Amino acid sequence: MVTDVLLFIVFFALLLFMAWPLGSYMAKVYHGERTMFDTIFLPIEKTLYRLAGIDATQEMNWRQYASGLLIFNILGLAAVVAIQGLQAMLPWNPEGLAAVPFHLAFNTAVSFITNTNWQAYSGETTMSYFTQMTALTVQNFLSAATGMAAAVALVRGLARKNTKHIGNFWSDMVRSIIWILLPLSIVVSIVFMQQGVIQNLSPYVTVDTLEGGWQTIAMGPAASQEAIKLLGTNGGGFFNANSAHPFENPTPFSNLVQVLSIFLIPAAMVFMYGKMVQDRRQGYAILAAMLLLFTVCLGGIYASERYGNPIAEHSGVNEPANMEGKDIRFGINGSALFAAVTTAASCGAVNTMHDSLTPLGGMVTMLQMMLGEVIIGGVGAGFYGMMMYVMLTVFIVGLMVGRTPEYLGKKIEANEMKMVVIAILIPAIAILVGSAFSVMVDAGLAGLNNAGPHGFSEILYAFASAAGNNGSAFAGLSANTVYYNLMIAATMLIGRFGVIIPVLAIAGSLAEKRVSPPGTGTFPTTGSLFVLLLAGIVVMVGALTFLPALSLGPVIEHLLMLQGLTF
Amino acid sequence: MMWKQIISALRLLLLLTVVTGIVYPLAMTGVAQAVFPQKANGSLAYVNDKAVGSVLLGQNFTTAKYFHGRPSSAGTDGYDAAGSAASNLGPTSKKLEDTLKSNIEKIRSENQIDKNFSIPSDLVMASASGLDPDISPEAAYLQIQRIASARDIRENEIRELVISHIQHRQFGFLGTDRVNVLVLNMALDRLAGR
Repeated sequence: MVTDVLLFIVFFALLLFMAWPLGSYMAKVYHGERTMFDTIFLPIEKTLYRLAGIDATQEMNWRQYASGLLIFNILGLAAVVAIQGLQAMLPWNPEGLAAVPFHLAFNTAVSFITNTNWQAYSGETTMSYFTQMTALTVQNFLSAATGMAAAVALVRGLARKNTKHIGNFWSDMVRSIIWILLPLSIVVSIVFMQQGVIQNLSPYVTVDTLEGGWQTIAMGPAASQEAIKLLGTNGGGFFNANSAHPFENPTPFSNLVQVLSIFLIPAAMVFMYGKMVQDRRQGYAILAAMLLLFTVCLGGIYASERYGNPIAEHSGVNEPANMEGKDIRFGINGSALFAAVTTAASCGAVNTMHDSLTPLGGMVTMLQMMLGEVIIGGVGAGFYGMMMYVMLTVFIVGLMVGRTPEYLGKKIEANEMKMVVIAILIPAIAILVGSAFSVMVDAGLAGLNNAGPHGFSEILYAFASAAGNNGSAFAGLSANTVYYNLMIAATMLIGRFGVIIPVLAIAGSLAEKRVSPPGTGTFPTTGSLFVLLLAGIVVMVGALTFLPALSLGPVIEHLLMLQGLTF
Repeated sequence: MMWKQIISALRLLLLLTVVTGIVYPLAMTGVAQAVFPQKANGSLAYVNDKAVGSVLLGQNFTTAKYFHGRPSSAGTDGYDAAGSAASNLGPTSKKLEDTLKSNIEKIRSENQIDKNFSIPSDLVMASASGLDPDISPEAAYLQIQRIASARDIRENEIRELVISHIQHRQFGFLGTDRVNVLVLNMALDRLAGR
């Protein structure tokens, strides 16, 4: 118990210790200021622009920025579909894996460009090394950089005044990759390789086991993908078992590095924000609200998993009584921490099978996704998602005191609020309508692995994961069907671009506004009162929207579990 | 204007694919093969220069003379290292309850354990990866008697072997105490073959 809490404390301490300087560095990168790595990265950057024929100095308005972002993502989508379709003819396919069927290839492509990394396939039996590297690893970088670019554009919208311009999409994209994601990935993948994560292009190895049987062992370039999978909050495992697979996450130490990698950039973005708007306390307040919510959620998952499954205990097993779907080396604490981090951060990597979590533990993971992935959140996506709630909070406070709501000296008006409401409601609607529809049609119910309320939870989780661009699953649901591949793909697209477009629109309209100096009636957005209000509004919106659905799934299941009922 | 933007975007996509999808993973593969060749190729374990498995991955053990690992849902027979998978059964699943009961029964009869004695949960519940290489020390202790009589070795010797193979929490707070089943069984073979 004490060592468990020690892990959590060490995690928070290391996170803040690393995210703070990274945030300052990122602010410099996006401002185009000098950094210590310029001698290496500047020539690479310039070469890329020259070969691509891009003018990265040209400032864009929000429509140009959004159209660049959309074009780039659509091309990426097409490339990932094409590579999967052609993989049988492409190199680095020692296992001779066949072309991926179109509906699965489309689902996977949408999944990876939207930073969701929902996986209806299992890596070791479906994707060649070439596909893993040039389609999936690449989109791990590009989708992360897309999210970071959108977040930086929003920050500029807040920081600038009287202009239509919110930056250059190509420059934000390339700098995110070359200055931030790629160097961090190199460092983290070397740490992983030292811990035992594999990295090769060899065919699968078949051995004669100690007992005289045989075992075929999957191989591949896992470490390089593993690093960006976590740093970019992507979450798509090289292998089916994701971060539970010993070749992806071999030791308790690698597990700690994994959870830190997931939170590192999203947390750094909040520090970066404070620096870019020249008021660090603005960033601290938002991070405080995020960490407050996260601590509660982590505590909930941990307590529920420690409590375990009374049905199992009753059949005659020792504590910890919920080892189903958990690997030993991580411990209950390392498993609960991972589950909390990956669903808070829209990552979706798992070291524990969420389908086998206790009902309430599973509920918290679901709730974190339903809240819009704003508790730390995905790279970029978490920040801009939380900013929607910040504006909502400022707006509600403004209504209460009867003044025009202001944030950083800018008036928040009808146009912004419309976009905020769209960005908050669109994913919520996608989750509830998608789940409701799926339980009404045969194709939706066909793939259930569990009966009773847990079956409903599997479907609800799938849509929450897709709309929140998380990508983890109650993986018992057989999602590799035409119905689910298309439904989930649509939900992922809505959850991604249905938020990014309104965010960029807000960025554009904020950039045009004047800044008025704070008056006596201005509500301060830095104090503890604001932190509590912000956290409260996140919870309230989430609770009001999702409580009925959650009651039908995990809440009922918990009560039935206490009575010892099974289905 | 629009076309020019699309062509530029396409060229940038191609360039970034080369950088992040070919140069980066190949460079990392080069580093891995040069600096960590053993680990990069799967931490394979050898007996008499023949690979018998990976120390990071569990494998099937069913005979009485070896320590048994956790139940596995990978592949049809368990421990399929080219098909990692979990049961994905929820806490109120009837199938989970039934599997659990039959696993407990099996462990009790194999190891001649009293009906009232609780079994370590890891030994009867399936892992997340289906390839968990470890069991808890308690799960290893419980199998000592069976192995001792199957191999005709003194229980104390095996107990000492288990104790010397416990991997403790990393840095005192990371993970839990555990025993690697394959490594322990290889040591057991060496002990018996002496």
